[in-house]
Amino acid sequence: MTLSNLRLLLTACAAATAFGTAVPALADGPSGEMLASTCAGCHGTDGASLGPAAPTIAALSTDYFVLSMKDFQTGKRPSTVMGRIAKGYTDDQIKAMAVFFQSKPFVRTGQPVDAAKAKEGKALAKKFCESCHEDEGRIGEGVGVLAGQWLPYMEFSVADFRAGTREMEKRQAKKFEELAEAHGDAGFSAILHYYASVK
Amino acid sequence: MTMIDRRTFVALAGAVSATGVLGAPSIARAAGPKVVVVGGGPGGATAAKYLRRMDPTVEVTLIEANKEYFTCFMSNEVLAGDRTMDGIRVGYDGLRKTGITVVHDLVTAIDGEKKTVTTKGGQTFAYDRCIVAPGIDFVYDSVPGYSAEAVETAPHAWKAGPQTALLRKQLEAMPDGGTFVMVAPPNPFRCPPGPYERASLVAHYFKQHKPKSKVIILDPKDGFSKQKLFEQAWARFYGFGTSNSMIEWVPGAKGGKVSKIDVATLTADTEFDAIKAAVLNVIPGQKAGRIAFDAGLTEGNWAPVNKKTFESSKVPGIHVLGDAGDAAAMPKSGYSANSQAKVTAAAVVALLKGKEAPEPAYVNTCYSIAGKDHCFSVAGIYTYDKEKNAIAEVPGSGGLSPLDASDADRKREVAYAHSWFRNIVADSWG
Repeated sequence: MTLSNLRLLLTACAAATAFGTAVPALADGPSGEMLASTCAGCHGTDGASLGPAAPTIAALSTDYFVLSMKDFQTGKRPSTVMGRIAKGYTDDQIKAMAVFFQSKPFVRTGQPVDAAKAKEGKALAKKFCESCHEDEGRIGEGVGVLAGQWLPYMEFSVADFRAGTREMEKRQAKKFEELAEAHGDAGFSAILHYYASVK
Repeated sequence: MTMIDRRTFVALAGAVSATGVLGAPSIARAAGPKVVVVGGGPGGATAAKYLRRMDPTVEVTLIEANKEYFTCFMSNEVLAGDRTMDGIRVGYDGLRKTGITVVHDLVTAIDGEKKTVTTKGGQTFAYDRCIVAPGIDFVYDSVPGYSAEAVETAPHAWKAGPQTALLRKQLEAMPDGGTFVMVAPPNPFRCPPGPYERASLVAHYFKQHKPKSKVIILDPKDGFSKQKLFEQAWARFYGFGTSNSMIEWVPGAKGGKVSKIDVATLTADTEFDAIKAAVLNVIPGQKAGRIAFDAGLTEGNWAPVNKKTFESSKVPGIHVLGDAGDAAAMPKSGYSANSQAKVTAAAVVALLKGKEAPEPAYVNTCYSIAGKDHCFSVAGIYTYDKEKNAIAEVPGSGGLSPLDASDADRKREVAYAHSWFRNIVADSWG
């Protein structure tokens, strides 16, 4: 057994334990794995996207995955195609997919970024983002994983937040306002280049 | 990752080796069941790959005539000059690395009773289950005057590869002011929005490099996939609906049906007109790939299947997926083939163990790029209807990009289309 296989297995076990009681049985429907396999054509095998824009959905917290899908369904979260797709699944099916993807590794293949921006963004991220996006954005408890996420996707997200078409939590809105005031568009761009560069 | 202490780690590792979850592949393979996959397009490649993922003990042989495959998806970008042939080329080393035996040979016969597959090169492969994904062949005489030989002069470019390169070369050589005439296919056919995306992207190329040129689509049909979205894009970018439109679509009801083509003079005869082309692109009617007929898998032009397992309704032990199969209501698309392949792989793994096939889930997502920074999509989420042996779209889900989408969203869909391409290629071929 290779180390990476072992790591995968342990992650899967940890996920299964953490959500042991929450995993819906789906007695008469497709399994979480079967449902999740249909996402790969756009989001990559096991949710690890090769970009350049479609986000990696592996390793997302189940809470964040479920919330995203529910908000896509209602249109609360704007999208191009995900709203139409999310409407095809029941709550239990969404939970089953969430558990599947949470157990998969976030693969960081690297992407071209502006090094100067990334350097500047590192300091800004510490000040404005780190309190929720911990460990350089690797941890996404109830929020998206930013570390190594595809840059265009993060740019789309920030544009939607700032345009007011995607709702922000109070704390996030406050940070966004502070960042915009102090550093403007360049500040957002620097931070996103930084998170995109995290390996 | 959650921290795990050493004792848990050891216990977990022990549990793994005891249950043999990751058992030694070399030993397992020698004793494993055999699956032969015929065809290395997105359907066959995905089936082979996911079989090994779902059960590494299965011995998978993929037989494909060509050493490299050119995807039909994004081949219209090649015609527009926005992508190179290398940008749609894939090989089979990724699949080999996962332990699949890839054989480059042409399958000439499948014997459903003896459970063997025979190739032109004289090899015979025994199987426990066989997966057939041969894609499409052409009904050349759906357009009188067209033939297997005529494709060298009036390319279909509906199987990507040399045909794509040839059509691109013809478009490049065409003088400004020429007419690109496309003869569109009758339903059902591979990639329903494809001809109209092609018309869009050829016009996109003309607009930049040959602005006096025209695109005429001669269509036996009176409607087509994503029609309103295409017409909206054509109006915006190419003057559609004006007397000076770069794109003209002639539906069947208005004389779009071609009664005869003359390949020597590149002329298409319709009810009202004889239209002279500078470049003639004939996309004829379609049917399942040849081997599906030879193996007795077809009824009419396509291969009927059990929609839960994709096992042939005609020959037990053989599964047919992708464009060759009759998998309505799913369209014949690369994404459909990729999705059906996973359902098939899961079914085959279960059936080989004498278990019932699992409940399927299927998806199709397909993007069309119609102009600069302008793309739209269709999505479908499907479930299995056991009563009717049907693939049924989940009510209230899926459908088209909205007609009133913002420019920003149309541009985002271009980025997502290119992501779709990268991810589906890697998901299928490794």
